[in-house]
Amino acid sequence: MHLDIRLPIGALFTTLGILLSVFGFFSNPAIYAQSLGINVNLIWGLVLSVFGLLMLLLGIRATLLNANSRKMVFREEELRPSKESID
Amino acid sequence: MGLTSIDWLIIGVYFAFVLGIGFALKRYTKSSTDFFLAGRSLPAWVCGLAFISANLGAQEVIGMGASGAKYGLATSHFYWIGAIPAMVFVGIFMMPFYYGSRARSVPEYLRLRFDEKTRGLNAISFAIMTLFSSGISMYAMAKLVQILHILDLPFRTLGIPQAWIFHTGMVVSALVVLGYIYFGGLTSAIYNEVLQFFLIVAGFAPLVWLGMKSVGGWAGLKASLDPSYLHSWVGMSNPHTNRLGVEWFGLTMGLGFVLSFGYWCTDFLVVQRAMAADSMTSARRTPLIAAIPKMLLPVLVILPGLIAMALTSQLTAAPASAPSSAARQDTQATRGLIPVKRNPATNQPELDTNGRPQLDYDLAVPNLLLRYFPTGLLGLGLTALLASFMSGMAGNVTAFNTVWTHDIYEPYIRPNAADAHYLMVGRMATIAGVALSVVTAYLATHFNNIMDMLQLVFAFVNAPLFATFLLGMFWKRTTGHGAFAGLLSGTAAAALHHGLTIPAGSSVGIKGGWLAILHTYPSEMAQNFWTAIFAWVTCFVITIAVSLVTKRPDESRLVGLVYSLTERPEQSHLSWYQKPAILGGVILIATILLNIAFR
Repeated sequence: MHLDIRLPIGALFTTLGILLSVFGFFSNPAIYAQSLGINVNLIWGLVLSVFGLLMLLLGIRATLLNANSRKMVFREEELRPSKESID
Repeated sequence: MGLTSIDWLIIGVYFAFVLGIGFALKRYTKSSTDFFLAGRSLPAWVCGLAFISANLGAQEVIGMGASGAKYGLATSHFYWIGAIPAMVFVGIFMMPFYYGSRARSVPEYLRLRFDEKTRGLNAISFAIMTLFSSGISMYAMAKLVQILHILDLPFRTLGIPQAWIFHTGMVVSALVVLGYIYFGGLTSAIYNEVLQFFLIVAGFAPLVWLGMKSVGGWAGLKASLDPSYLHSWVGMSNPHTNRLGVEWFGLTMGLGFVLSFGYWCTDFLVVQRAMAADSMTSARRTPLIAAIPKMLLPVLVILPGLIAMALTSQLTAAPASAPSSAARQDTQATRGLIPVKRNPATNQPELDTNGRPQLDYDLAVPNLLLRYFPTGLLGLGLTALLASFMSGMAGNVTAFNTVWTHDIYEPYIRPNAADAHYLMVGRMATIAGVALSVVTAYLATHFNNIMDMLQLVFAFVNAPLFATFLLGMFWKRTTGHGAFAGLLSGTAAAALHHGLTIPAGSSVGIKGGWLAILHTYPSEMAQNFWTAIFAWVTCFVITIAVSLVTKRPDESRLVGLVYSLTERPEQSHLSWYQKPAILGGVILIATILLNIAFR
């Protein structure tokens, strides 16, 4: 089974989002004259963090479900009587 | 332009992730199927996003912004009629043969359906073409790094000559792409393409937001631009009454049919993404899922060009309010954020045939980025641009290593080797492909005309392709000799048409007319579209004619390769919204509505 792609996407966007929003929170407001007075770093950083966390959540859930269903399969194989025991 | 540490940090985090994905996937890449076809195990939405992202390279992001600034909203034709219908067609009608035949590449399908010579022709021309496309991507990226002065400051601090910036940009991008494909193969390329898709959205969405706010929204665009910029269909009845310089027939047949279907339905670069899907249903849904974001991409890539153009009148009205130095350099002829194009050798403005200075439209989007993005977001915006360049390059490299290994090395150099051997060859082909891309990128730097000429030759080779596939898939009588003769004569017809016609205002040579001038087209685009139409029709007619006089192919060999001899894919277990035909219909209706809304 492959690595669920939502995990790296989620991790990247959460990291970038946190970096941007923290920087936006502490940065000098004067630099936002360029972006029409809007603190785009803070706002967009938050948007990206939310997206990243959502992806992480979906990725983790799918990975856990997958691992669980695989465990179930193994369990069933254990429970099934082996050929020798039937003989 | 000064990047601060936060920008560098963002770019660095991205590069770390890109390479990290390659390393993480290394342990899953054990067989040649894993390496070349991602083990045929990816879900449809992942393949779908990779499907458009592989095409969302440098030429697309910078080029469509440039066209948006030059031609206006009519650029959307490259999406709405130049991509969507073909994507729906390949998903519904062609994917059953590509995926169902278990061919590992498009040239391999041609061998199964026709014969060895048709496959060889397609494989070799395709392999060369991918190397040059990836070289062009690399060249564009290094050039952008240079033009935006991203590395000027660090290089000056370290005492390295500025001339090295270009080489550094080239080598670093080559090594990164090599790194992640070498280890993870197609899976790694696809994962990174999906990542890059989201990054491009994340980097360009705030640009459109700030840009639209600044010009005063759609009403502001309307107020500051000539009405011809904001229509896609009005004026299309005559080439002289629209900005593209084409008429509706050339547009819909040339772009909407021949060129678009030729690319989206037969180019292995995109088809490979669908072949990596985990099932037939997923493979068929791949291009359909891709069509949905593709439909909306004009907002992210064309609109910035329009915004850059619209800012003109507003900036010329109050020039003091333009702080961007890049935009201020040429106050005389500059339109807004778009500077005058200069001859790199003489630094003189380049003039068009009417003696007016030409604008460097390619800088529309990069300059808009510099104008509105403060440090921090600027790092993200640049990362998005770098991501788009690398995804374009990686798409070509993965297509190259597969075609080289399966369609050139395996049949002609060393057949019947162990799987591990072909896996190794694929990895070596990745290294060779990246190295040769660097060579082609340097060729582009030194011989600008060679590049133009090669692109022209590729256009000739590609134009007739869709006729061959259409006949091959839907007419069982088509023979290998017919397909081969059709392809060659189609290419010859394209070259002949180009040699006999010329766009208005161009000089004889690379632009056409090198045999004689029988017809003058109103624009280069019109000439391109008609070249494609001539090539396609010639290939179509010759393929049919030669097929009819050659030996009828053995039908038992064509099962699974031709429509009338193949069972329809079972889809009764799918709910209605999962059925490709319904999904395709909904997409086409939405596209028509978009065309009507922005007519």
